[in-house]
Amino acid sequence: MLQLSSVAKNFGGLQVLQDISLTVPERGIFGLIGPNGAGKTTLFNLVTGLLEPTRGSIEFLGQRLTGLAPHRVTRCGIARTFQNIRIFKEMTLAENVLVAMGRQDGPSPIRVLLPSASWRMAQQRERAAATVLLAKVGLADKATTLAGKLSYGEQRRLEIARALATAPKLLLLDEPAAGMNSAEKQQLMDEIVKLEAGGLSIWIIEHDMRFVMGLCQQIAVLNFGQLIAQGTPGQIRTNPEVVEAYLGEENPNENVPGQNWS
Amino acid sequence: MEWLETFWATYSTLVLSIGTNVLLALSIYLTLVCGLLTVANAAFMGIGAYTAAMLSLHSAVPFHLSLLLGAVLPAAVALLLGPPTLRLSGVYLAMATLAFGEIVRIFLLNVEGLTGGALGLNGIPQHTQWFDVALAVIAALYMLLRFAGSQIGRTLTAICQDETATEVMGVNVRGYKLFAFVAGAALAGLAGGLNAHFTFFISPNEYGFDRGVEILAMGVLGGTGSPWGAVIGGVLITLLPELLRGLGNYRPLINGVILIVIILYSPKGVWDLSRYLHRRAAVN
Repeated sequence: MLQLSSVAKNFGGLQVLQDISLTVPERGIFGLIGPNGAGKTTLFNLVTGLLEPTRGSIEFLGQRLTGLAPHRVTRCGIARTFQNIRIFKEMTLAENVLVAMGRQDGPSPIRVLLPSASWRMAQQRERAAATVLLAKVGLADKATTLAGKLSYGEQRRLEIARALATAPKLLLLDEPAAGMNSAEKQQLMDEIVKLEAGGLSIWIIEHDMRFVMGLCQQIAVLNFGQLIAQGTPGQIRTNPEVVEAYLGEENPNENVPGQNWS
Repeated sequence: MEWLETFWATYSTLVLSIGTNVLLALSIYLTLVCGLLTVANAAFMGIGAYTAAMLSLHSAVPFHLSLLLGAVLPAAVALLLGPPTLRLSGVYLAMATLAFGEIVRIFLLNVEGLTGGALGLNGIPQHTQWFDVALAVIAALYMLLRFAGSQIGRTLTAICQDETATEVMGVNVRGYKLFAFVAGAALAGLAGGLNAHFTFFISPNEYGFDRGVEILAMGVLGGTGSPWGAVIGGVLITLLPELLRGLGNYRPLINGVILIVIILYSPKGVWDLSRYLHRRAAVN
């Protein structure tokens, strides 16, 4: 579905990503893990057009994404959430979702000026559509609340609803479970599974290992800007390079007594 | 009805100025609402004023058509100016548009053959009737209220709050910004054309930095919560100096103090203040 070929990104002299080639499969949940600063979010930024790769190409359903403006990438069917929640805090939940839904409804300045009957009908249609989307993440009853008043977990779910409003084929979730308690995480997992069952492909960046291992069919691991492993959760868990990236290299000379705590 | 005639004879210019200032406030509202700090509206007003006035003075073009052209030309200029400048944001955008304003002013000052240079244009026919202004204000207000309650208004507000997030939601952010900029220029040009046809005389200095700041003050004072905010801002900035007339030389001073106090207590503009009071009343 989404294909990255030898993608690299430099910030000045700093090589943030080197020679990344991977394929996100159609249908299913794909995971991307790696220590802080490995370049995971940068990879999302490259895919969504917020950054341009220094080298390499990105293709989505046969279409080249490299060089497209972010809104064009979204219109190709890729939506995302942000690690540092970026909802529109001073707008209501319904408005948040409606902004993202705009394209399907094709607002033209002329149509907006038409007489009241069709105007009111259009407004009601919008409200109804927003409520349907908010219901998908369990926030339908708060449609008229200001987004800034939501709890942390709710804000993350709103961001997902907003991303869904763009009618994506592939959804990129950047640490969706960050800052959630375990009950919220479980609820989120259920929701993600439901979305996948509904025909959506999902690509998740997440630090919570239980979350990733429980959800993803395939996982890629990034470390210092390089892809060090890719496989099923079982393969990743036992991959020595991955364990090393997360826990550090075992030093054979350092014989600390009682070290078998892991 | 005699009192009305007396009133109109004395205050017609003030009443019409309120109208054109409200148009100017609405024009800056359009860009402020999506977070663009531009001060080019005075220049757009000037382009509109000169276009319409020169057509009235030197051609047989009907008044309303010259008004229309006075709105179209600044919009066309904005369409050219927008793409390079709207990449900037914050103070940088303000500086760029400020520079553009100065260019327009100096241009008007130096093309003496056409514009009369520093002497300005004299004897502009006084075509503007109260209903011209009223109609323009009502039409502009209706349009902007409709925009505000629709996808367009929501999108502009979203751009103001988080440009990147809006872009990633599939919104052509640059397109929307350009739309707001161009529509604002057209409104400012219309205000300029209307204004020129009741003041009899225009000169380049009327459309300089001072006017730009005044327009910005109307927009900021009114707030971007609703087009009604811009209306309040426009009315207030026009009336305040008149109401303070009794203070003589202290007028600008007190005028400034009042503006500062309002902004201090209601940084999001007068409109937000009214909503705040409304909500308090609802709670009690």
